[in-house]
Amino acid sequence: MTQAQLAQGNNPLLAVRDVSVVFGGIIALNGVSFDMRSGNILGLIGPNGAGKTTLFNCLSRLYQPSSGDILMEGKSILSRPPHRIAEIGIGRTFQNVALFPNLSVIDNVRVGAHARTSSDIVSDSLKLAWVRRGEADMNKKVHEILAYLDLESVAHTVVSGLPFGTQKRVELGRALAADPKILLLDEPAGGLNHEEVYVLGDLIRKIRDERKITVLLVEHHMGLVMSIADHVVALNFGRKLAEGTPAQVQADPDVIKAYLGSKDQ
Amino acid sequence: MSAAEEVVTEAPAVEAVPKRAMTLGYGTSLAVLAALILIPLFVKNFIIFQMTMLLIYGLAVLALNILTGGSGQFSLGQSAFYAVGAYTSAILMEHAGMNYALTLPIAGLICFGFGFLFGQPALRLSGVYLALATFALATAMPQLLKLGYFEHWTGGVQGLVVTKPDAPFGLPMGQDMWLYYFTLAVSIAIYVASVNLLRSRSGRAFMAIRDNEIAASAMGVDVALYKTLAFGVSAGITGVAGGLGAIAVQFVAPDGYTITLAISLFLGMVVGGVGWLPGSIVGSAFIIFVPNIAESISKGLSGAVFGVLLFLVIFLVPHGARQVAIVAQQLIAKLKKN
Repeated sequence: MTQAQLAQGNNPLLAVRDVSVVFGGIIALNGVSFDMRSGNILGLIGPNGAGKTTLFNCLSRLYQPSSGDILMEGKSILSRPPHRIAEIGIGRTFQNVALFPNLSVIDNVRVGAHARTSSDIVSDSLKLAWVRRGEADMNKKVHEILAYLDLESVAHTVVSGLPFGTQKRVELGRALAADPKILLLDEPAGGLNHEEVYVLGDLIRKIRDERKITVLLVEHHMGLVMSIADHVVALNFGRKLAEGTPAQVQADPDVIKAYLGSKDQ
Repeated sequence: MSAAEEVVTEAPAVEAVPKRAMTLGYGTSLAVLAALILIPLFVKNFIIFQMTMLLIYGLAVLALNILTGGSGQFSLGQSAFYAVGAYTSAILMEHAGMNYALTLPIAGLICFGFGFLFGQPALRLSGVYLALATFALATAMPQLLKLGYFEHWTGGVQGLVVTKPDAPFGLPMGQDMWLYYFTLAVSIAIYVASVNLLRSRSGRAFMAIRDNEIAASAMGVDVALYKTLAFGVSAGITGVAGGLGAIAVQFVAPDGYTITLAISLFLGMVVGGVGWLPGSIVGSAFIIFVPNIAESISKGLSGAVFGVLLFLVIFLVPHGARQVAIVAQQLIAKLKKN
């Protein structure tokens, strides 16, 4: 771990370089650049339509930028299809929770480990010894994650019946099962009440501290972002408005005008 | 809300859905197996033949269940895969003189390849559109089998007659009984392998795709690969069933594998319970025996009677045999408590 950090030196874990996205004639993102440092929580904020989700979808490879590049540990991720993002250590959650509703909590988390395991349909059908060993190792990890997120008592419950807050934890668990280096969280506070948002904030910080995972937090909830982010990037109309510590960004006149100002109206 | 969460965390007793709803319990499985082994010893040859067909259609329904219940893809084209399997076995036995048992894995592999390839264009379709594309395959197949170009092998409209195998090693049993036990052994092997598959990493990938493709892909599941694999596996098992069917009825002909067969298999899957593998044999029993029951009720209106029976099943138990099994399980649990 320290070796890797040394080798990495001053290089960012993830670098967004001059990324633009154009849909038809509409410029959704216009030359956005920022770096993510290992071990940081980076908050990406901006009013509706600012381009947060577009950028998020570029990172998770659902959209292809018209120009610019995205580098993970110095290597471009733009030639990778969406299903080959998890294997290089990019995990994500979804805006309104996108679990597998008919699967149990534990199976949802097991699917999360897909990118970190291997098998083929013949070996799986015959339950060969190496498949059984792999499943046992994976189950150990999955149970550790369930215990970590306090989900063990609902492990075998089908997720669709669980409360929203619990489903969000399951989604976090599913993402953690892939051993991500970076966790992309798309509006994790959406649909949660005041108290739950702060519980979630503590959990995100705990995951960063204890599991050494870098977090990109795309969020509307200013309170959450300002309380847990180390670094904040503010977008508006597809451009980067400001970047810095939460305090710096909060004090930036452009941000106040574009985001906080318009929010108060 | 966190209080509500704690209620759920501390009271998993409210759990509405059983943990392992995919298979039967250990005891029930043994009871079903014992019945399948013992019954043929006490019944007439015709009933043994019908039980063989029950297993064969059960396999074909199971195959569709893996595709639809597992990976969420619809198919009304299973009769095409069944036909390819049946013709593969028949041609290999009659033209190449191959042993019947050896023809089955070949039929399975050829159908796997056929299904896998068909799965490629099907990737662009979903839901009803996929159902229609597979429907087209089912309608085309009987005519393709009649083509003069293939007539030398397929026997054209006439079809092919297949010799029924004798029991090996001088076992003291008739051809029907031997074929039944042979089919039973193949069916058990395929059932166990299917359960293993659906409970494995690959099976979870299938179900993840069924539930949410984008999320599955974000978890590293190659959606296109697993969707086509599901088609391949389903077609492969259907092909083995088709091969067994050809041996059991000793005859293959194009008109035996029309869209009606595909719809029957679909019906069997729904009646058995989509996604519940043991239901496959119940669904198979429905499509084999209920038409006979309908005919015994009214000869002239057997189709209408069948329709009414089907309506009743759909209204009373929309989740099929699976629902009946769950209710029975709860009743037994209640009785045990009292």
